[in-house]
Amino acid sequence: MASVCFYFQVHQPFRLRHYTVFDHSPRYFDEFKNASICRKVANKCYLPTNRLLLDVIRRHEGRFRVAFSLTGVLIEQFQKYCPEVMSTFDALAETGCVEFLAETYHHSLSFLYSREEFLEQINKHTEIIERLFGQKPRIFRNTELIYNNRLAEIIESMGRFDAVITEGADHILGHRNSNFVYRPSTCNQLRLLMKNYSLSDDIAFRFGNRAWKEYPLTAEKFARWINNVNGNGHIVNLFMDFETFGEHQWDDTGIFDFMRHLPGEILKYPDNDFKTPSEVIEAYQPMDAVDVPHVISWADVERDLSAWLGNAMQSNALHEIYKMEKLVKQTCNQELIEDWRKLQTSDHFYYMCTKYFADGDVHKYFNPYESPYDSYINFMNVLTNLKERCSQSFVSRPEAVGQTS
Amino acid sequence: MKVFMLGWEFPPYISGGLGTACYGLTRAMSDLDVQITFVVPKPIEVPQASHVKMLSPLQVRPLETEEQVLESLKNVTFKALDSTLQPYATPEYYQQRIEEIIRHKFARSEFTDADRALEIEQWEGLAHQSIGSGQYGGDMYTEVHRFAAAAARLSLQEEFDVIHAHDWMTYPAGIAAAAVTGKPLVVHVHSTEFDRSGEFVNQMIYDIERRGMHAAQKIIAVSYLTRNIIISRYGVSGDKVEVVYNGVEQNGDNRAAFNKIGIQSDEKIVLFLGRITMQKGPEYFLMAARKVLEEIENVKFVMAGTGDMMHRIIEMAAQMGIGHKVLFTGFLHGKDVQRVYEMADLYVMPSVSEPFGIAPLEALNYYVPVLISKQSGVAEVLTHVLKVDFWDITEMANKIIAVLKYPPLQLTLREHGNFEVRRLRWSGAAEKCLKVYNEIFQPV
Repeated sequence: MASVCFYFQVHQPFRLRHYTVFDHSPRYFDEFKNASICRKVANKCYLPTNRLLLDVIRRHEGRFRVAFSLTGVLIEQFQKYCPEVMSTFDALAETGCVEFLAETYHHSLSFLYSREEFLEQINKHTEIIERLFGQKPRIFRNTELIYNNRLAEIIESMGRFDAVITEGADHILGHRNSNFVYRPSTCNQLRLLMKNYSLSDDIAFRFGNRAWKEYPLTAEKFARWINNVNGNGHIVNLFMDFETFGEHQWDDTGIFDFMRHLPGEILKYPDNDFKTPSEVIEAYQPMDAVDVPHVISWADVERDLSAWLGNAMQSNALHEIYKMEKLVKQTCNQELIEDWRKLQTSDHFYYMCTKYFADGDVHKYFNPYESPYDSYINFMNVLTNLKERCSQSFVSRPEAVGQTS
Repeated sequence: MKVFMLGWEFPPYISGGLGTACYGLTRAMSDLDVQITFVVPKPIEVPQASHVKMLSPLQVRPLETEEQVLESLKNVTFKALDSTLQPYATPEYYQQRIEEIIRHKFARSEFTDADRALEIEQWEGLAHQSIGSGQYGGDMYTEVHRFAAAAARLSLQEEFDVIHAHDWMTYPAGIAAAAVTGKPLVVHVHSTEFDRSGEFVNQMIYDIERRGMHAAQKIIAVSYLTRNIIISRYGVSGDKVEVVYNGVEQNGDNRAAFNKIGIQSDEKIVLFLGRITMQKGPEYFLMAARKVLEEIENVKFVMAGTGDMMHRIIEMAAQMGIGHKVLFTGFLHGKDVQRVYEMADLYVMPSVSEPFGIAPLEALNYYVPVLISKQSGVAEVLTHVLKVDFWDITEMANKIIAVLKYPPLQLTLREHGNFEVRRLRWSGAAEKCLKVYNEIFQPV
């Protein structure tokens, strides 16, 4: 029995506008750029892919199932710039074949810096998902699949989640593979679903690569690979960015045709089926405990934090923003808190990555900056202004001054 | 491979990027076992009488002794031709200088023929003529062609496979040498008249440049920026033009010195180092400085170098009311250059048009973060630097402030930039030049 578990990550950050040290406006985000990117990606990816998934779900009479994680900042932008995308997600939710996962509302790295903020963002996200889709998320995925034992403990202690999703990193699994349900070594109830990065990346990264020896990848071939898991696994966790469809892999690579035919090909083998993450942990018992003392993620070959915390600028920017938590929250000003939270979105720190900058590669994707240095300067200028606004808000509310000192 | 190279200044006498490039390239080629006859206009010493200090290479104090330099260049023979040509000179400046020389010669009547002969004998080559004012061209144009004739005569006595000429003043010499010997010519474009003069080009210089480029079998441009100018402004076909980026000499680990000085002073220093002339954009540096000073106080702007716009820039700083914040050092050499780099928190090159720009590489070598204009060739090779349009004063000031205000930015730029600059070696440039030679070299 091989159960295919698809989970798509859907996210767009609120990109900052060009903000110099001479700017003093409290409007930090580039409305025009964010709107046009959202609409562009909606037309190339979100709308056609959602329609395709709806079609496939209907065709297979509910036997095709998928999971999504939609970030809060993305949902806000959809509602603002392209509400028609939200209606396609509604339609998907109504099929009963789609599960929505929980994460931090702002797609933030708060887990690494502030437990309080981390929990608040999860709550905020859970609320909006429940309100929009009528589901209480049971599965948690942290930003960029960042994970360690500590995260598992925190999530288990929340008492509302059945499982966490993370990367099936080789150095964690060792001789084991990602095709089973696992249990975090520090937890009893919580389950762990680990990404099959090899098969996931065959679709997400290699699909359109003509130099790849498996090119072209057909649905039939991929179904055969899935079927090979039988005997050495229960599940195949295919986790990827939703933008894979139509954006990372363009329409002309045949990615949509592939996706249209894949469910049929996989279901041709009577042993196979599709399951959402919740159905997976319902169906299979954990095979082993997995110990992750150090932080892992799904990024780059290193599978660590170096894409967001690899240089002095990144660690400084992150340190500075979380240092402000108390100051911001004490203002009790929702507008300030919301601005502060939007600045926590991990993309802002990803843009500052100097790791592969000279080679210019995936990190460039949707990157609004010419260089990581420009992004740091812009971010810090905005942060400085936000700090000033917070301080000013105390001046105008004298009774709050006592609390800060 | 044997090269007849028509170049400029050599250590210990170097006054700018052209000399640095000639030296770096020649040294790296020598290491590749390329035999080089290096022909250089021999500078003529003139006492500085006027209140304006004109610096000729001879006044540059040596970094290394001549023997040390020559020892490291085992495959290079030097031939100096007497000439009043100098890099970065303009026809007006030439006129001024030649008049000074004439005045000087008359004044120094005690300077005997014997003295002259002695001086000349130190150099080989064509120096058998006496140094009399009459021997020099009365204007730059004549002098360039007089130099060409001398170089052509010299070329007949030498054995070589390729002629390599650096910048316009040596192009006629290259053409002449090629004509009399039948050897292929490569011209190396370090800068064009459009870089130096904007749209107000000197037709004579343009014509010489154009003739040189069209006579050459191959053209080496120091950047794609320059290559584009060569193609679009000089009507040269693109397949003739190769890009060879300049490099930089590694000068060890300078970090310790940097840190030591950083602690001593709480005042930040932003450095401009280059000729103070239109091409280098000194006024944009000042305008950005004024904007920076609106935001932060404890910063000084150091302008190191001289040039035809120096007085105007000093006045401009005073008019802006930031005179006390802008320091002019004049022309720096040797240890002083190193010292000013070590003091700097940021090096800014706001060039309006910079074919390459070696100075940012040197700054990075000294662990100084760099802000360069996008209108510079070096922007094509450096990624770990800040870049800005030279005219965008606000953005320039924004970035200067960011470097001074956010230490992690300075740190990251410095570390990554220094690492990146280590890849840009003269050996790489020399190999590419050799490849160009091999393409046009016809073995007899």
